[in-house]
Amino acid sequence: MKFIVSIILTALLAFAVGLFTKLPWYSFAITSFIVGIAIKQKSLNAFLAGFLGVAILWIILAALKDIPNEHLLSTKVASLLPLGGSWIVLLLVTGLVGGLVSGFAALTASFLRGKP
Amino acid sequence: MRIVPLLLSAVCTIALIWVLNKQLPVGGSKTPRLGYFLSPQHGFWQNADAANMDYNGEVRLEGLQGKVEVYIDDRLVPHIYADQDEDAYYVQGFLHAKFRLWQMEFQTHVAAGRLSEIVGKERIKTDQFFRRLGMVYGAENTQRYVEKNNPEMKAAIDAYARGVNAYIKSLKPEQIPFEYKLLDYKPEEWTSLKTYLFQMFMSYDLTARGATTDLQMTNARNYFGYNDFNKLFTNVQDSLDPIIPKGTVYAKPALVPKVPKDVDTAYLNNFSAGSTATSPIVPQKGNGSNNWAVAGTKTKSGKPILCNDPHLGLNLPSLWFEVQISTPTHNTYGASFPGSPAVIIGFNDSIAWGVTNAGRDVIDYYDMKFRDSSLKEYWYNGKWVNADTRKEIIKVKDSADQVENIAMTVYGPVMYDHHYKNNSTNGKNLALRWTAHDAGSGLLTFYLLNRAKNFDDYLAAISHWNCAGQNFAFASHSGDIAIKQQGTFVARWKRQGDFILPGTDSTYAWQGIIPVEENPMIKNPARGFVSSANQQSTDSAYPYYLGAASNFPIYRGLSINRKLTTMTGITPEDMQHLQMSNYNVFAEMARPVILKYTNESLLTADEKKYISLLKNWDLNSEVDAKGPTVFNTIWDSLEAVVYKDEFANAKNNVGWPDDPVLLEALLKDSAYSFADNINTTNKKETIADCMMEAIKRATAALQSIDQSGNLAWGKFKDTRVSHLLKIPALSRLHLPIGGGKHIINATTDNHGPSWRMIVHLTDEIEAYGVYPGGQHGNPGNKYYDSFVDSWATGKYYRLLFIKKKDAVRNQRMKWVITFTQA
Repeated sequence: MKFIVSIILTALLAFAVGLFTKLPWYSFAITSFIVGIAIKQKSLNAFLAGFLGVAILWIILAALKDIPNEHLLSTKVASLLPLGGSWIVLLLVTGLVGGLVSGFAALTASFLRGKP
Repeated sequence: MRIVPLLLSAVCTIALIWVLNKQLPVGGSKTPRLGYFLSPQHGFWQNADAANMDYNGEVRLEGLQGKVEVYIDDRLVPHIYADQDEDAYYVQGFLHAKFRLWQMEFQTHVAAGRLSEIVGKERIKTDQFFRRLGMVYGAENTQRYVEKNNPEMKAAIDAYARGVNAYIKSLKPEQIPFEYKLLDYKPEEWTSLKTYLFQMFMSYDLTARGATTDLQMTNARNYFGYNDFNKLFTNVQDSLDPIIPKGTVYAKPALVPKVPKDVDTAYLNNFSAGSTATSPIVPQKGNGSNNWAVAGTKTKSGKPILCNDPHLGLNLPSLWFEVQISTPTHNTYGASFPGSPAVIIGFNDSIAWGVTNAGRDVIDYYDMKFRDSSLKEYWYNGKWVNADTRKEIIKVKDSADQVENIAMTVYGPVMYDHHYKNNSTNGKNLALRWTAHDAGSGLLTFYLLNRAKNFDDYLAAISHWNCAGQNFAFASHSGDIAIKQQGTFVARWKRQGDFILPGTDSTYAWQGIIPVEENPMIKNPARGFVSSANQQSTDSAYPYYLGAASNFPIYRGLSINRKLTTMTGITPEDMQHLQMSNYNVFAEMARPVILKYTNESLLTADEKKYISLLKNWDLNSEVDAKGPTVFNTIWDSLEAVVYKDEFANAKNNVGWPDDPVLLEALLKDSAYSFADNINTTNKKETIADCMMEAIKRATAALQSIDQSGNLAWGKFKDTRVSHLLKIPALSRLHLPIGGGKHIINATTDNHGPSWRMIVHLTDEIEAYGVYPGGQHGNPGNKYYDSFVDSWATGKYYRLLFIKKKDAVRNQRMKWVITFTQA
């Protein structure tokens, strides 16, 4: 239960802080860290919750842009980066990048908090 | 709390953010900041425009004087209906920025020598080149002049800038165009100067080849001697069909430039001066265009038709942006330049106009003598004269500024000196004299053409045009057609400025500008059409020297005039076919020469196969044809066999003879002196020997082309429309389009008709157009390249040119943006 709440909270706060687009893109590291402090979990679970919260959020947000765009831009960016022109891979990489930063921030918080 | 894992984890988090927030170097370029770029709320995902995006809106603009309504049609062309002229340009600026902001800023950054500021030190050389060419200097001169002398033009340009800035200010950080995110920088404030910088960029693109060819020609003359030079870079074109028909009688010239007394020793045969290398950046040679107008006597409707297709580099986003501007003073449609107000090529209710490049030489180098390396004083007319210094500061991303101190002389900026040089310009100080540096009201031409009602208005409008000289074709609803070559043209003596000129006194200076009334012009000729395709504008009866013949391609003009002469009952559809004509008149003349000097009995089976492809070719350079690939390969091989031996030992860039030079020599002379291979002492090679060798080499090349499946012309030529940053993923590659050099459809691999327009001046104007791009500059928008396929296959769009009352209920109008005062 804690795990699920933690994922949802991470995603919600990351989304909210992301609305302030004048703030840097990595501002969610702080909100994910706060969630890690607020909800006491095992380190691994804290990392996974942080990771999944932002990874899922980013993939959903990206897909909400990508689908109405009919994958036009994602296909171009996926061959520019280069990811073989696959928009699916690009969506996954997007999730991975956001997820890793968030996961490590949550992990750091869990170590600070100590053992549950 | 476990301290070690905590620290480790904290360091990992910070390091991860640091890496993802940094542009990483990858093979000569840099990645975007990946975390930022991929963030769905900040980065590129925000630029993924929905396919069914809604462009409706209401915009409040500060200082708008009336109301402006913009109807946007199904091709994303905005139709601006404004109560007031200045408002129309205000909104045009806003719309250009809305659809093309990144491109507008990027192009003017290139012109201003500011690329290093956004990409880093790898582009310093490009920036140095443009700064030393005096691009900013010229733009500033023009701005100062216009602001003092042309209040209506100033008002239009300033209103346009306000519009661009209003759009930039309305952008949230995540809404900036894709390329800013990719290269990691932000839009800056737009200024009126940028419009003049863009004008300089076009002047550069259309006239600044001279900055390189003058150096090449000087090298070539030094290397070959004047006599051989004159054969290789001849000024005679037997096949020429000029813009103004042969046999036209010209009035006595107002100016007769005096040839300097020592021209033979101090200029034409002056080889002691050493040699010079050439500049790092050269505008395309193929920059040219076609335009023509046919009179009512030759059309089915009895009304004139005007056609234009300017040939320029093919880029995405396109140089052009379609727009209709309608105010109480005028109602105009056409292609505009993002970066400039008004329509550049187009039509209104009464007239249509189109341009091609005049190709006249308006850029020269003067060899200057300075007292010492401080470049503070130079020798001029027998005394030391003070030189000003112009300081150009190049800002460099992540690096120190680079400062260019440019000495300014009576001629202009010293482009090459001991600081900025090539390995063989040692000791030379070359000052640049270029009409683009001179102040003028050029942009007023388009402002007035937009409003022109008749021939007199047209003539008055184009009289302001200074640089780059253009052939302005004209047709009116009232039935007139005309063409005039207009620009600031130097009254030159023969060969003046084809090479570096002595600069120590005024003997070799420009002696005057040809009066506007004496520029070549023709109105309502008996033959019922006017045309231009960058060929020499007149025959030798014109009393002024037009510049080196190598500046003027001849074959497209021949094709157009031949066709138009025979055509009658012309319809716009006929004109579409003519613009898309892939007939190669150069090949028509060259093929018999190739076959004449080919002894088929000596050919191998493979060689015979290709010769037979050449023989059976119908001379149309179509996508699927194999003949054009064979022809071009043999011709290029022949030029190489004939000239390579003579050119091989030149240490410097000495250019290369143009196609007509060899063809015209072979057409009249069976013993061509350059046929002999100077490396063989025991044998004197003939043209037939050269031809055998050329066919042998061409066959080897063709076999490998054949094996890779690229013998078909379209595959061999491989036309592309490249993104301005040359990123393949953002470009359109491998387009199936025929045509090429010397052909009316002048599409090469990366260059060609950048806007095709046909205007039928009937009571209700009937116009067609297409360009290789799309209205939206965003690679993530479906209108980014939406015209490219139509353009490649020769399809045209019927241009929607309608009054506001009809726009309201027109089915093709999809969206409305209303602009009101804030």
